[in-house]
Amino acid sequence: MSDCHGCAGCAVAEAPSPSSRSARTHVVAIIGPPNSGKSTLFNRLTGLRQKVANFPGVTVEQRVGKAKMHGKTAPGKTGTQHTEVVLIDLPGVYSLNPRSEDEQVTRDVLAGAMPGIPKPDAVLLILDCTNLGRHLVLAAPILSLKLPTLVILNMADDLKSRGGHVDTAELANQLGSPVALISASKGIGIDKVFQFMEGTSAGTTSLAPARVELPVLQDIPRCRQWAHQVGSGAAYHAPAPPLWTRRLDSIFLHPILGPVIFLLVVAGVFQTIFTGAKPIMDKVQELIQTSGQGIEHLLPPSIFRSLLVDGIWSGVGTVIVFLPQILLLFLFIGILEDSGYLARAALIADRTMAKFGLQGKSFIPLISAYACAVPAIMATRTIENKRDRLATILIAPFMTCSARLPVYTLIIAGFIVDRPLLGHFFGAQAAALLGLYVLGFVAAVLTARLLKSSILKSERVPFVLEMPPYRWPTLRSLGLRLVDRSKVFLRRAGTVILLVIVVLWVLENLPVKNGQPPEIGDSFAGMIGHAVEPVIKPLGFNWKIGIGLVSSIAAREVIVGTLGTIYHKEGESELVGLRQALRSDLSPGGAIALLVFFAFAMQCMSTIAVVRRETGGWKWPVMQFAYMTFLAYLCALITNEVVRSGVFT
Amino acid sequence: MLQMSVNSSSNPTPPGAVERTLAQLPIGEAGVLDRLELPEEVARRLMELGFLPGHTIVPARRAPGGGPRVYRVDGSEVALRRETASHLILRPSKGHGKASGR
Repeated sequence: MSDCHGCAGCAVAEAPSPSSRSARTHVVAIIGPPNSGKSTLFNRLTGLRQKVANFPGVTVEQRVGKAKMHGKTAPGKTGTQHTEVVLIDLPGVYSLNPRSEDEQVTRDVLAGAMPGIPKPDAVLLILDCTNLGRHLVLAAPILSLKLPTLVILNMADDLKSRGGHVDTAELANQLGSPVALISASKGIGIDKVFQFMEGTSAGTTSLAPARVELPVLQDIPRCRQWAHQVGSGAAYHAPAPPLWTRRLDSIFLHPILGPVIFLLVVAGVFQTIFTGAKPIMDKVQELIQTSGQGIEHLLPPSIFRSLLVDGIWSGVGTVIVFLPQILLLFLFIGILEDSGYLARAALIADRTMAKFGLQGKSFIPLISAYACAVPAIMATRTIENKRDRLATILIAPFMTCSARLPVYTLIIAGFIVDRPLLGHFFGAQAAALLGLYVLGFVAAVLTARLLKSSILKSERVPFVLEMPPYRWPTLRSLGLRLVDRSKVFLRRAGTVILLVIVVLWVLENLPVKNGQPPEIGDSFAGMIGHAVEPVIKPLGFNWKIGIGLVSSIAAREVIVGTLGTIYHKEGESELVGLRQALRSDLSPGGAIALLVFFAFAMQCMSTIAVVRRETGGWKWPVMQFAYMTFLAYLCALITNEVVRSGVFT
Repeated sequence: MLQMSVNSSSNPTPPGAVERTLAQLPIGEAGVLDRLELPEEVARRLMELGFLPGHTIVPARRAPGGGPRVYRVDGSEVALRRETASHLILRPSKGHGKASGR
């Protein structure tokens, strides 16, 4: 389909000279409305060869990847064939009317007006062909740009199975651009996309004039009429409604079953993260310990060995242990999002969210914040209303991110006896964890309420939420997401956390006395810990926890590594676990207060950095940090007092 | 050119017919949209999603607990809150033939 039209287009060739094109990389932009399968196609084309950044100067996320050409060189153009094409994934938009930042960015990139981003040489326009009447509207502004464009009709499998039809050759004829019918999730027809990119990179594809006149772009009803005409011209027959989606919705959005399933899903996710990941985590722990001992045996005793084994190995190890848990959480979020259930969850949540002045759309970023506040804050870009968005950014760090889990699991496992509460499915430890999640959530919604009734007061914006059809999540997309998350996590473990651990090790081993490292209490780290002790003593924390708190400002999970180093340093037997060490050193009040402190405090440099970037200045992140730290201190103080006074014993 | 049909319905309400909003349309009943009485920005967003004058809209279901309703419009399902739907005015069901200009 696409190639036959490509040849027809050669007659009116106006192709740039091959020599000028080969001088730089070939850039192809992917554009499409939300829910058109744009990201799936992007992942399909680039695989792991992609990275995420921001478009310069704005808060819109930019995904850039590389697609390897299959090497089928176009005849006669051997010298100019690119082996790689740079793909830019543009934000999902319905039109190019520059109303939102997303639309402005899309427009600028396509016009070559985005600094630092080369003007695309070609465009992949991806549309959902089960809803062509609506999606084809975007073709008008894109085709009027006169860039070589491949019109990709995605979800071909759905169209077919639901009895729809479209004549792609005729559609190509009308639009003057090649058309490819594909299924990005199943990988059907991807070769046509590669063929198109090979053609444009070799300069053999050229523009044909559209047979149909393009509509006046500002006038939506006219655009719709135009799309309808083009569709009927191409014998487009819309598919039958997605029956399975309707059947599933009558369960998932059932007045009683719906909320019950919603709660079960949330509870099931937490139980699995906590208990399901445990055997894997134990294995990883064992591996780190034995390998650490192995290294210790290999090297002669020296200060270097101490840094490597006691500092770096055990420190980074204590953090890496939590990778299985974090991956499990991202797996769940991925399944919920890709299957379409997350939109239903947003719908169910909207009424509750509205009570706090937020909306159902805030629910998706906030639920992502359970994994990590950084991607969550980025995900707030889908919220059109600026004040709602800011409110969501400001409360997102209250949600229990996965970096808190290491601290929570350590303290809970050490201080809370695991009594069965609801049979084997739900124990006291899981309940405590769930309680901490609830605590963070409550702090978030109360803060949202406070914000929306004071500094962020705004009129309620319309809540508009598309309900995508249910789909089976693909292993490929889930896998890519997990790989991406592990990279982010390990990079953090490998850089920020590693750096903090090394600095800390230095602080713990200086000043040197008589050629020997000092006792931990006499070291620089100990001095810092002792210095902050008067401030944190009312919370039930000693100076060792103080060192941990100071180090955790880099990232929450660092405290686990720090405490591991500190207690190891004190000459505890290696078999005596950190838990036991803490149990003998921390009162129950202090332990619970520490949990509460971590539930509220904004101990994360990455989050501070991303809030600064997303809000465009230091004002909001500074206020946020001060507010959260104050709240953490206050609530930890109250907790310690309450537990100490024995109200609950 | 920018003045789209946000408020620009040219169909006067036939006498005797009561104007209904989308929020008043019962679940499962089809209604034809007449106009969007909303700020231009919001109206455009909704029109992009298919809430266009002349289009048929069917409320499909209500979110559990009385939240927003899901509307079937233009081959897809979109959820709107009541406060938004109450600004989408339907063509009177009587005088149907007269109203269908497009």
